[in-house]
Amino acid sequence: MESMTMETYLWTTLGAFLSLCIFSFLYKDNPFYKFAEHLVAGLAAGYFVIILWHNGLKPNLFDYVGDGNFYLLWLDSSHPWYMVPAFLGALMWTRFSRKWSWVSRWPMAIYIGIGVGLSIPLGMRNAVNMQLFSTMRPMAWDNFLGNGYLDPTSGFSHLLIFVGMLAALFYFFFSKEHKGVFNGVAKFGIGILMIGFGATFGFTVMARISLFIQRIQKLGEWSSISWTDGAFTAIWLIVCGSFIAVGIYEFIKYMRNRGQTKAAA
Amino acid sequence: MNLFNRLMFLDRRWIFLLLALVCIITYVIPFEIPVTKTNEVRAIYNYIEALKPGDIIHLGVDYDPSSLAELHPMTYAIAEHAFRKNMKVIFTALSQNGPGMVDQAIRDLTDSMKLDRTYNGVFYKGREIKNGEDYAFLGYKPYPALVIYGMGQNYRIPFPSDYYGTPLDSIPIMKKVKNYDQVKCVVGIIAGNVADMWIVYGQGRYNFKLALGMTGVMGADYYPYLNTGQIFGIMGGLLGAAQYEDLADNQGPAKDGMRVQVFAHILIMIFIVLANIGFFMAKGSLMGKEVR
Amino acid sequence: MKRQLPLALVFSFSLLMIIQYFIPHDISLYVNEFLLKWIYIIGIFAMALGIWSLVRVSMAKIKTKKEDWQYSIVTLVSLFLMILFGFDFFRHFFSAEGLKNQMFVHFFDYILIPIQASMFSLLAFFIASAAYRAFRAHSIVATLLLVSALIVMLRFNPYLGPVGAYMEKTASWLLNVPNLAAKRAIVIGIGLGSVATALKVMLGIERSYLGKD
Repeated sequence: MESMTMETYLWTTLGAFLSLCIFSFLYKDNPFYKFAEHLVAGLAAGYFVIILWHNGLKPNLFDYVGDGNFYLLWLDSSHPWYMVPAFLGALMWTRFSRKWSWVSRWPMAIYIGIGVGLSIPLGMRNAVNMQLFSTMRPMAWDNFLGNGYLDPTSGFSHLLIFVGMLAALFYFFFSKEHKGVFNGVAKFGIGILMIGFGATFGFTVMARISLFIQRIQKLGEWSSISWTDGAFTAIWLIVCGSFIAVGIYEFIKYMRNRGQTKAAA
Repeated sequence: MNLFNRLMFLDRRWIFLLLALVCIITYVIPFEIPVTKTNEVRAIYNYIEALKPGDIIHLGVDYDPSSLAELHPMTYAIAEHAFRKNMKVIFTALSQNGPGMVDQAIRDLTDSMKLDRTYNGVFYKGREIKNGEDYAFLGYKPYPALVIYGMGQNYRIPFPSDYYGTPLDSIPIMKKVKNYDQVKCVVGIIAGNVADMWIVYGQGRYNFKLALGMTGVMGADYYPYLNTGQIFGIMGGLLGAAQYEDLADNQGPAKDGMRVQVFAHILIMIFIVLANIGFFMAKGSLMGKEVR
Repeated sequence: MKRQLPLALVFSFSLLMIIQYFIPHDISLYVNEFLLKWIYIIGIFAMALGIWSLVRVSMAKIKTKKEDWQYSIVTLVSLFLMILFGFDFFRHFFSAEGLKNQMFVHFFDYILIPIQASMFSLLAFFIASAAYRAFRAHSIVATLLLVSALIVMLRFNPYLGPVGAYMEKTASWLLNVPNLAAKRAIVIGIGLGSVATALKVMLGIERSYLGKD
């Protein structure tokens, strides 16, 4: 185990303590959880202010106009035209005024215009056309069953992608009533969609568990470091001991309440 | 109330407790499980493995601490793989707290790169990786779609200087780089819809090699793009990260976490089966009551 | 000025971007560069709105002594502290020294990361509970969803013996064929929807972004 200074250990302990504060929400909402929640909201906002300044306004605006005069609004700088987007950006802040909030529509309109103008050709090409081209490849009839068990490159798989995609699209097509044959197609479509959603759910379970695993790993590291030094162990025992004590107290309360509810029933 | 009805009305905190216990116990007991490799991850590893020393890759670190459990291992594994092979890495961060993630990763990688290591039977002597020579960290800009689009024309449009305030033209590895044409590939490690933006506004416009590492939640949604060739590989969630670690022979937190993952999954499957048994039996008994 | 100018701006800027996309001439690249540089600056000002909004809400909560107002003080103090460290105790505004400030880095590493990561890790418990309560095979489509999820969840389980290899192949096929068909339909649907909406915005048919009056 690597040796750790008291300072680093205390920081790590703070992180572990705050993690335990958050986990206490699993039992019920409580002041420790609320404290940590509000703390992170402020820190994240403060962090973002700093990043927006050092990685945003400073390099993208002030480094360009910085050679100008502050009192002339940098209009005498070598890049005075950068004050135009700065002015437009400042107009966004009129949103907080009831009377002038309509002015914020101008910079927003420029942003929306640029975004929309880009998304029309690029969205059409990359989200629609590319997908259609890939589905409309020639069918591999000579390799219809593929090699071995469930081959994704087989002709059958390709056919299923083609038919499944059309059926799933048809499920969202409401201009034609889903009756008779169309009902069958729509049902096949929803079946395909459900398989897709099931796969997503399977992945989601893995994703969520992973988040908890990482916390266990970090708390585990902190706990194992805590046994390398007597002072560390004492701090660890105080932090964990208090959480365990509160846990036991709440558990006894819960069981007692349950007993009373049962007796009343 | 019979057993099945009880199953239906179980206090969810018992489920929480069981899950926590299974995860903690499997974490405490050290054992290894094999990780099978999929073609989607192998494609990324093989591509990077085949690159030459001095080649530049772009690593887009587009996630916040909320997703670091799944994505940090990918960043570490890929960056270390590249550094050990003497490649150069350009980091960008297009999510709000992303710069902090890169900053932490660079500090940790600087430490681990100082150690001598043997990966896949090849000995790599420890060395110090230097800012500007081995990597460049360009920092953060808002509106990822427009940043990705802008970098395709010139990295200097969105990023006149790097995270630390150094102009891009003063950074040795950036002197050779104008846009995506000079990088061998972009690997986006992403939580959220920035993945779509890399595909639509980046690869779709400038036609570079793009691979995505993403959270498990997104994992299944990007197979259409893999099939069209818009991306050449997918690493989905902790499993994807564990596969990359295993391929690079660099065991990290992802591979270590997979044993916990397996047992947590088994428990959740038991929950699902039990709940379904309870549902059908309780439904039967309720229907019986209605008939009576 | 209130409605016509924004509509004209949206139309002209979107048209400009479409033209520059199809005509990658030097002039259009220059215009593109110019516009992008502008838009990043506007974007940064817009992003800062969110932070100011948080400050306003917190201040209002403290002023009116709404329920749990004390926690808003925690938010404001932590926000201020992070700014203080980020500017290296207000010593460095125009150099990135603050980003290397020890307290700034420690607050991120040891407070922000653990809390955010733990907060999201709670979802592990909620998904277990959701799987227990809502994952029922009460119809054919629900069964399909359930079976597909179980196959994907079992694909990396090393304790299945000879079934394991088949499970893995089945999962790979499932992801690369039926899942792909479903997700492709969704991608095309979303793609067409977003292009149609973009066209409506460009032509001024969709104006909800302007708000009322």
